[in-house]
Amino acid sequence: MNTPAGIPSGTCRDTPVLKERGQREVFCGLTGIIWLHRKMQDAFFLVIGSRTCAHLLQSAAGVMIFAEPRFGTAILEETDLAGMADAHEELDREVARLLSRRPDIKQLFLVGSCPSEVIKLDLTRAAERLTVEHAPHVRVLNYSGSGIETTFTQGEDACLASMVPVLPSIDQRELMLVGALPDVVEDQAVSLLTQMGIGPIRVLPAPRASDTPGVGPNTVFACLQPFLGDTAAALTRRGATMISAPFPFGEEGTTLWLRAIADEFGVDDETFDRVTAAPRARARKAIANASAALQGKTIFFMPDSQLEIPLARFLTRECGMEAIEVGQPFIHKGLVGPDLDLMPAGPTISEGQDVDKQLDRVRAARPDLTVCGLGLANPLEAEGLTTKWAIELVFTPVHFYEQAGDLAGLFSRPIRRRALLKLEAAE
Amino acid sequence: MKLTVWTYEGPPHVGAMRVATAMRGLHYVLHAPQGDTYADLLFTMIERRDHRPPVTYTTFEGRDLGEDTAGIFKQTCQDAYDRFKPQAIIVGASCTAELIQDDPGGLAETMDIPVPVIPLELPSYQRKENFGSDETFYQIVKALARPMDRTPEVTVNILGPLALGFRHRDDIEEIKGLLYEMGIGVNVVAPFDATPMDITQLGAAHANILMYPEHAETAARHLERTCGQPYTKTVPIGVAATHEFIAEVAQICGVEPRKDLSRLRQPWWSKSVDSTYLTGKRVFLFGDATHVKAAARIARDEMGFEVVGLGCYNREFARSIRDLAKDFGVTPLITDDYLEVEKAIEDASPEMILGTQMERHIGKRLGIPCAVISAPVHVQDFPARYSPQMGWEGANVIFDTWIHPLVMGLEEHLLAMFREDFEFHDEAGPSHHGGHAPKPSENGGPAPQTAVTHGGPAPQTPRDISGTGNEEVASQAQTEAQSSGSDVMVWLADAERELKKIPFFVRGKARRNTEKFATEQGLQEISLDTLYEAKAHYAR
Repeated sequence: MNTPAGIPSGTCRDTPVLKERGQREVFCGLTGIIWLHRKMQDAFFLVIGSRTCAHLLQSAAGVMIFAEPRFGTAILEETDLAGMADAHEELDREVARLLSRRPDIKQLFLVGSCPSEVIKLDLTRAAERLTVEHAPHVRVLNYSGSGIETTFTQGEDACLASMVPVLPSIDQRELMLVGALPDVVEDQAVSLLTQMGIGPIRVLPAPRASDTPGVGPNTVFACLQPFLGDTAAALTRRGATMISAPFPFGEEGTTLWLRAIADEFGVDDETFDRVTAAPRARARKAIANASAALQGKTIFFMPDSQLEIPLARFLTRECGMEAIEVGQPFIHKGLVGPDLDLMPAGPTISEGQDVDKQLDRVRAARPDLTVCGLGLANPLEAEGLTTKWAIELVFTPVHFYEQAGDLAGLFSRPIRRRALLKLEAAE
Repeated sequence: MKLTVWTYEGPPHVGAMRVATAMRGLHYVLHAPQGDTYADLLFTMIERRDHRPPVTYTTFEGRDLGEDTAGIFKQTCQDAYDRFKPQAIIVGASCTAELIQDDPGGLAETMDIPVPVIPLELPSYQRKENFGSDETFYQIVKALARPMDRTPEVTVNILGPLALGFRHRDDIEEIKGLLYEMGIGVNVVAPFDATPMDITQLGAAHANILMYPEHAETAARHLERTCGQPYTKTVPIGVAATHEFIAEVAQICGVEPRKDLSRLRQPWWSKSVDSTYLTGKRVFLFGDATHVKAAARIARDEMGFEVVGLGCYNREFARSIRDLAKDFGVTPLITDDYLEVEKAIEDASPEMILGTQMERHIGKRLGIPCAVISAPVHVQDFPARYSPQMGWEGANVIFDTWIHPLVMGLEEHLLAMFREDFEFHDEAGPSHHGGHAPKPSENGGPAPQTAVTHGGPAPQTPRDISGTGNEEVASQAQTEAQSSGSDVMVWLADAERELKKIPFFVRGKARRNTEKFATEQGLQEISLDTLYEAKAHYAR
């Protein structure tokens, strides 16, 4: 292919990564529970942790809607820290109590936290023991969502990866979509692929334990989220093959993601175009409407959700924005490589965080929009910077064609709001 | 190990953060893993603060554990001093760092930081948030305050207000107003807006006003001992308590108890005819001890409610709550187990709950109106408007806040009169719930799970704590399904019809009372007669 003149040939894949470490402003992996417990309806997430973990889940996640969500914290107390045997007995007792109260629970996740990791509480052994005890009714798995091992969305990766070893073995060729998406988006993806004649399609995680997909040497899988590196590795170890593609954000990302799967399943161009033409046109139109306010604006990504690189690709290529810095908690080039390939070199690509230094860079660059976590948003607004909290990108439907306009809208709304408000006279 | 679904109090280092964030010129260096930075958003999002909390975290990771976490702490401490140049630093560890035993206090002491460094010992696995705030403020006062000459005019310190407190910001103004009327000056308000320099001047006041014992009693005691400053024991929430508070302050300070009652409306509002409907409304109280004690007295003596249950989540104050419960003839509930509180409320089936953010959710689930009287709180409990709890204006505000969740007196009459009207029927819901009111359903409704999860994980952000329409309807339906009718009790058709004629806002109670009465009478069926016998039985 000929590179058009005037466009730098280098892409962000070749950009040296700025690696920093210092104070981070990110959630820990425990927070993945907030959407996972809604996705897996017969699962319960039991954090083995401290009062801080319980407080985090409650106040940061704020799902105080039900009297009993499908998660809780077994709070470690002084006595648990004294001896290991003690803690295991206590855990068994609490689990038995929980399961007798909630007979609807089919999958129980023991979720490790910072304190349980520091005291080296062996939750793998506990999960095995409890599986035997409560089989066949309940399957007990474990993973770590601790802040010393995981950030924010990595919790979902750890959770899904913990499920892979116990997936049933299969031989038939199946497509597996990996990642917990809102049902409405998941249905759209399955529908598009089905219309192309691709199938059978299975999804990890399944809404119920009984629908859990199988895996084997003929399984091919595609990740729906760019933070599922461990899960992808675990599936590969079970013999499955990963389809690598940019992530399905925006019209372009969705098309490339679908195209990669279609190619794997030998879908011809005509079929592909027939299925995607109408939604592609809708997506383009919706993006054009929603992104008017974004054209030519600069954006700075603080590391938070791990979605930063694919989103930067969408915003720079489809919404006309200019990225100044794109920070991710960690960069897995095996997953986000195709997205990096599409972005011309220019923005700083940073990994990890030293929040004070990064804030200095934000203040110097004065971007039109800063994407950051909730702890930083209001302070930056108070400094006159416009922000978009990253958390919404994880909870709201933003993938695929029909949401492409909404995704652009999430970024344009803060900018439009700033333009709407006439508060100078009041200040 | 103890299973908890939700908790009333955070860990003690969050209490320390509430003190640090309330103050100016103080910095907190916290040895903690990266996830603990979540606590920042309590202040920036729930309280809408425009600055980051003055906290620097060491943010250690798993791979640091085998290496030099102590070194990371020292480096962070030095960097924080260089960057923020505070007047004083407090240092401590969160729960995880406590386990790795680096001793932040000792490490900071070995460094050459040219401002006071105050170490905090906050045992995470034994203590909770309120202990953390009280202990932190005490340590700061102990390190910085000294006896000194008193101000020539009579002045006091105002102690206890801090960040994330329930209306602390506005209560300060009320207290200042009450003092001003008596000609008493304010020396220092702390921790709220105080600098470490201000703390060194605490000794100049003649006495201390202890606003919230949960947050400052240890410091007040310390100042009484070391600086000879008496402190107030009355918390001026409610009309009678405010009168007593003024008397107490006047006595301690040796001044005239002058007061300006011109803005006080509460007593007349309570006496007005529209308040007749409040007579004997059964209320359940739960929250922090200070607010519950004050609220119980207001409920009984100043609103004419019946207190059917009360309790607090902070065990440090269990004794005083037990004494209070004895006075009110109810069983005290001292617990931080949310499910226990829910059970107690369900059993008491009150007409209103006065509680925390958590009880608001219990109330939503059980279909009982709730007003918030205490932390832990939600973004909507940090109103833009002036909305104190203390003093005369506080009494006015409390009257309004408590009666708004209820159907008002006139409205109650009209709803009963026009019950058959096509626009004014039960399912229309009470006017104050707006157009999105959950319709109380009699026969259950869609199963909560299917209703809620349709469409996958709904957008849930911290702003969204109070829930969206779907969930509200679903949880309401769930409530009805659980609380309406037991398996053994049969409602005969005419009784069921008659029950439907009872206004919806008392129907649930009528159903429960009737079923309870029938059970006590050993009846399996509920007839029209049973319904009316039960009504007579419970008539007050």
